Amino acid sequence: MSEPCLFVIGATHHNAPVDVREKLVLLSEAQFRESLAKVPGLKEIAILATCNRVEFYGVAADEATADSVQAAYCDLQKFEVAEFERIRIRLTGRDAALHLFEVASGLDSQLLGENEIFGQVKEAYAASVAKGSVGAVLNRVFQKAFQAAKHVRTNTGISAGTVSVANVAVDLANNIFGRLAGTKILVLGTGEIGEGAAKAFRSRGADDLTVSSRTPEHSTAVAAGLGAGTLPFEQREARISDYDIVVCSTSAPTTVLSCAAVHAAMKRRPARPLLLIDLAMPRDIEAEAADLQNVFLYNLDDLAKIAEQSRVAREMEAERCRQLLSERADGLWAHVKERLASMRANGSHQAGPGGGEASETARP
Amino acid sequence: MLAELTDRQWLWCAAGLYTVGFLMGTVSVLRGGRLSGALMYGTIFAGYLLQFVGLGMRGRVEGGCPLGNPFEIFQFTAWSAITLYLVVGVTFRSSLLGYFTSCLGSALTIVSLSIPAWDAVRRTHIFGGNPWIELHAALAIFSYGVFGLLALAAALFLLRHYSLKSKRLGGWFSFLPSIRDLDHIELRLLGAGVALLTLALGFGWVYWSRDTATVDHAKMAATVAVWIVSSAALGLRVQGRLLSRRFAWTCLALFVGALLSLEAVNGSRHPGAVQTSEVRAP
Repeated sequence: MSEPCLFVIGATHHNAPVDVREKLVLLSEAQFRESLAKVPGLKEIAILATCNRVEFYGVAADEATADSVQAAYCDLQKFEVAEFERIRIRLTGRDAALHLFEVASGLDSQLLGENEIFGQVKEAYAASVAKGSVGAVLNRVFQKAFQAAKHVRTNTGISAGTVSVANVAVDLANNIFGRLAGTKILVLGTGEIGEGAAKAFRSRGADDLTVSSRTPEHSTAVAAGLGAGTLPFEQREARISDYDIVVCSTSAPTTVLSCAAVHAAMKRRPARPLLLIDLAMPRDIEAEAADLQNVFLYNLDDLAKIAEQSRVAREMEAERCRQLLSERADGLWAHVKERLASMRANGSHQAGPGGGEASETARP
Repeated sequence: MLAELTDRQWLWCAAGLYTVGFLMGTVSVLRGGRLSGALMYGTIFAGYLLQFVGLGMRGRVEGGCPLGNPFEIFQFTAWSAITLYLVVGVTFRSSLLGYFTSCLGSALTIVSLSIPAWDAVRRTHIFGGNPWIELHAALAIFSYGVFGLLALAAALFLLRHYSLKSKRLGGWFSFLPSIRDLDHIELRLLGAGVALLTLALGFGWVYWSRDTATVDHAKMAATVAVWIVSSAALGLRVQGRLLSRRFAWTCLALFVGALLSLEAVNGSRHPGAVQTSEVRAP
């Protein structure tokens, strides 16, 4: 006799490289939902599609229904079923619930412990609720996943620190200034690295950006894209005292900020800290500037080391998180198993997509 | 049942809560989790209320501020520091400041409760029934409490400064407030401390100028020295001549100096002393 089951089926960055994931991008969720409506025995479904994963969480009359969901997806994407089966994840029961817990907690993310996935899972759940495709089982599983994710993020160091160089620079600024709004930032050099850093600052609340480069036309163009002001490159040393943060990423063969210039600037603003971030190679700022009072100088190696420390610390926390999540998944599964058993007992698991006779059955 | 508790029992309960706050923070940090600012704040606030009850019972018996012996002075100093934290902590949502405040509150209250000799004798009528001199004493001790919190903020500043200069931002350091926020907290606390101490000295001067024979020179010198150092530190900081680590070290030294000056202040108490007995609610 067939057993109703909780399942997840999909593909993630673990087994699907970027060129494959490009082909797996779900272009029309609405169309896919129409296909799912024709899958017999599918009771509930939630779709999680991000740049690193496409996953379908469902409750079905039996495990074969999960394969029908896969077939509908491959058919829509024009993707070989055999190829999909080579790269897919397919989990059922407690393991499916545990997988969702780990996804929501950032444990399954490419950037271990990242926070963005939590919001993406919440959005996916909300969208499925809005479509009416989530019933009692998935509702409970997702709610418990959110609780579990919040618990491990609060009680472990899985999200501590920052693991990308640009974000480390922004975190440093927060450690010194508390908040970026109202902080004056000068970006020297408008190459890819400088522009990336400027964008990171802008995305985290910086509202007073100025860019400067040896090519005025280029700095004007970059400034326009960022909504920033410009500063003639030759005035950089004379005007450092106007800024709280200076990010350097020029390709100049020698330093572009001397220790003497920084010292002179600090005499004009002794009580205000100055953060100097040197992302250039060779370095743009004389290293002796680090010894000045209220000056904090970080170069590329410093930032990379901090990012690496955070990554290692997160790796060390991951196992503890998995243990915590596993315990919670056990607790959840005991409850869900009973519910699935009651579905089987009252026969509601036999209902097809158009059946809908059981009150707990959602509309895929 | 609560009505049966003595003043010292209320104060032990308060010390217990401050210690719970401190241990909670320690366990949370050691386990790699985040400090819960709300939980820390709530625990300290509960301890503060209990300490308020205990000190209030003493004050009612004394008929004024309970500052009759080293025990009461330490208790009142801890209470003053925590009063300020409860205001500053909300503004700066600094959970680590709460952690260190609970540590300070726990240390001051437990030390004072653990040394019975400090509370064996209580000097009575130390203010001679004059409300101005009582206000002077209360404000002066309150300003020392502010300097206690200032010392904590300065210690946090030094830790944050070390973390930024040595490029270690993980672990405990990740709980620290920004260096600019800490600098602002230091400046405001020092300003508040100097203002309170200035008022205290002003009220004291009005009292002493009427009867110069009652002036104790050691006490006067100690208090004025604390006032001069704190005012000078504030002036230099505002002028931008005492900054960053040097300012933080000065703030720490100021609190140590203020605590040492209490010896001179307490030693100068002249009115009669009585054996202390525990106070119950009426």
